[in-house]
Amino acid sequence: MRQISKITGRALPMRGNDIDTDRIIPARYLTAVTFDGLERHVFEDDRKSAGGPYNRHPFDVGHFQGAAVLLVNSNFGCGSSREHAPQALQRWGIQVVIGESFAEIFFGNSGMIGMPCVTAAPEDVAALMDVAEREPATEFAVDLVAGTCRAGALTVTIALPPKMLEAFTSGAWDTTGMLLDRFDEVRDTAKRLPYATDRAV
Amino acid sequence: MGDTLLKKVWDLHTVRQLPTGQTQLFIGLHLVHEVTSPQAFDTLRANGWKVPFVDRTFATVDHIVPTRERKRPFLDVMAEDMMASLERNVRDFGIRFVGLGDIRQGIVHVIGPELGLTQPGMTIACGDSHTSTHGAFGSVAFGIGTSQVRDVLASQCLALEPLKVRRIRVTGTLRKGVYAKDVILAIIQRLGVQGGNGYAYEYAGDAVDRMSMDERMTICNMSIEGGARVGYVNPDDTTVEYVRGRPFAPAAGDFDRMATWWKSMASDANARYDDDVEVKAAELTPIVTWGVNPGQSIGVDGKVPAPAGASDPKAVTDALNYMGLTPGQPIEGMKVDVAFIGSCTNSRLSDLREAARIVKGRHVAKHVQGLVVPGSATVAKAAEDEGLDAVFRDAGFEWRGAGCSMCLGMNPDKLVGNQVCASSSNRNFKGRQGSPTGRTLLMSPAMVAAAAVAGEVTDVRELL
Repeated sequence: MRQISKITGRALPMRGNDIDTDRIIPARYLTAVTFDGLERHVFEDDRKSAGGPYNRHPFDVGHFQGAAVLLVNSNFGCGSSREHAPQALQRWGIQVVIGESFAEIFFGNSGMIGMPCVTAAPEDVAALMDVAEREPATEFAVDLVAGTCRAGALTVTIALPPKMLEAFTSGAWDTTGMLLDRFDEVRDTAKRLPYATDRAV
Repeated sequence: MGDTLLKKVWDLHTVRQLPTGQTQLFIGLHLVHEVTSPQAFDTLRANGWKVPFVDRTFATVDHIVPTRERKRPFLDVMAEDMMASLERNVRDFGIRFVGLGDIRQGIVHVIGPELGLTQPGMTIACGDSHTSTHGAFGSVAFGIGTSQVRDVLASQCLALEPLKVRRIRVTGTLRKGVYAKDVILAIIQRLGVQGGNGYAYEYAGDAVDRMSMDERMTICNMSIEGGARVGYVNPDDTTVEYVRGRPFAPAAGDFDRMATWWKSMASDANARYDDDVEVKAAELTPIVTWGVNPGQSIGVDGKVPAPAGASDPKAVTDALNYMGLTPGQPIEGMKVDVAFIGSCTNSRLSDLREAARIVKGRHVAKHVQGLVVPGSATVAKAAEDEGLDAVFRDAGFEWRGAGCSMCLGMNPDKLVGNQVCASSSNRNFKGRQGSPTGRTLLMSPAMVAAAAVAGEVTDVRELL
């Protein structure tokens, strides 16, 4: 996987706690055998139900188009384990998500596809969202190694588990390769289980 | 200091510590379904990887299957393509598969236990967040995304972060009309939809000890709605007797040895927990959700909250607007358009029996569409053998074939417009049941049956 350490781009604030994966990508778009084109349906129903031209959904606001940084509140991505949710966001153009907290499966799925979810203090997330809304042209600079997000005059601290950071920055985020690396140990584990016979082919 | 079941199972399945700081965990059973696996199989093909432990892998079809017209090819070409893709993948990779028309087909979290594939002490993974269901057997079961499905297919392993354990003791006796579903809804209401983040939930206490496996599955199923990816109950005699004699259970000659091992995997009496919570069963009432996440719920005799005074007023306002409710309105009496009994939470034989008991001799209200969707073809057959299908049909319900159905809007069973659905499923997210403006009220199957008959949310205790 490619190395990821610095991401720059405009930011899109998506306010609200407990935003679930059914909202991020409605289930009807899961009936496809590839992830292609999911970006066209990001928050589709949510966007349709948003309140008209004066209360447009952030994903429909002109100056947020092309944003690379998604700003969210707490427990973002709760619900279903569908990887289609981070896939849809990534394909739309999001490269990093900054939030107060993430649902566990979403956090893991995003990491697996090279879209880091990093956490920041609630007041810092609020401040970043304010900048994005007030001055949407602001270039956000996310530095995973330094653990900072700079937005104009504002710089806040962001966090990622240290080992995960290492994996992103070294480009070693290849779980399958890692899991297959010492396969004899996998066979040994299978052998010692009271219930599994080692019939690995 | 003793160990929890989580630690015992985790240690037993640990292959090694990974450079990423995660644990490489061997997965004892990988359950596969049509929706989250096609891209994973494609990656295996592209890399020339095989599935090394095909005997630890089992596939079925549940999410996209129509529950009424099941002839192939499906009318929905996308669904047909997905179905054909799974059939090709299991054939190419040599994976056991039960498809439509097989008595063993059904919702993956219903058939795993039913076939005896799910056993105590195992690690289990499936590309579906409700995999936590299998924890009812004292297994450690994870819902995973497609990239992780790829990892398990290719290596039979997952790279995982360790979890903390919160014990939730349910003590005392549930009152009449209060079910396992109400217990888990009450737990989520109390601890919140984020409360379980980073935790495995261990459900314990005398009320859980007395529960059937079906009830324990209902509780473990919705761990994820409380933010906990893993939920489990320690294996005991109830667990052992459930597994005994099932198609994939250990052979008779080996069964007792396995049963002894299973019980030895239960948390030690002096295990240490990262958190400990008690829920008093006698205080619980039938619960109904009023909002757009499973934590937004009240007792059936309660009133929907007002934004003022709520910890997140905007979320409450937003949920009330979506649901078309006014602050302070009693939930009882809210008109329903659809009654859905089914899903991996509540579609097992005991669920259907309890719902049938309510509707027997009564009739679904004129304006209500009632749907009963057994969790598996085996459940359907058992229910039909005892005449439950006739009870439901006589009462005006539709009796359907096994599948996920109206839980998630990935098959022809969907809400229309802003219909209100009394549902025995697990999620009331906006648009969850297939209509972008559809409204879901989560409750026990008995409460759904009562709502179907009354045509509105009603207290099942008055019908018992």
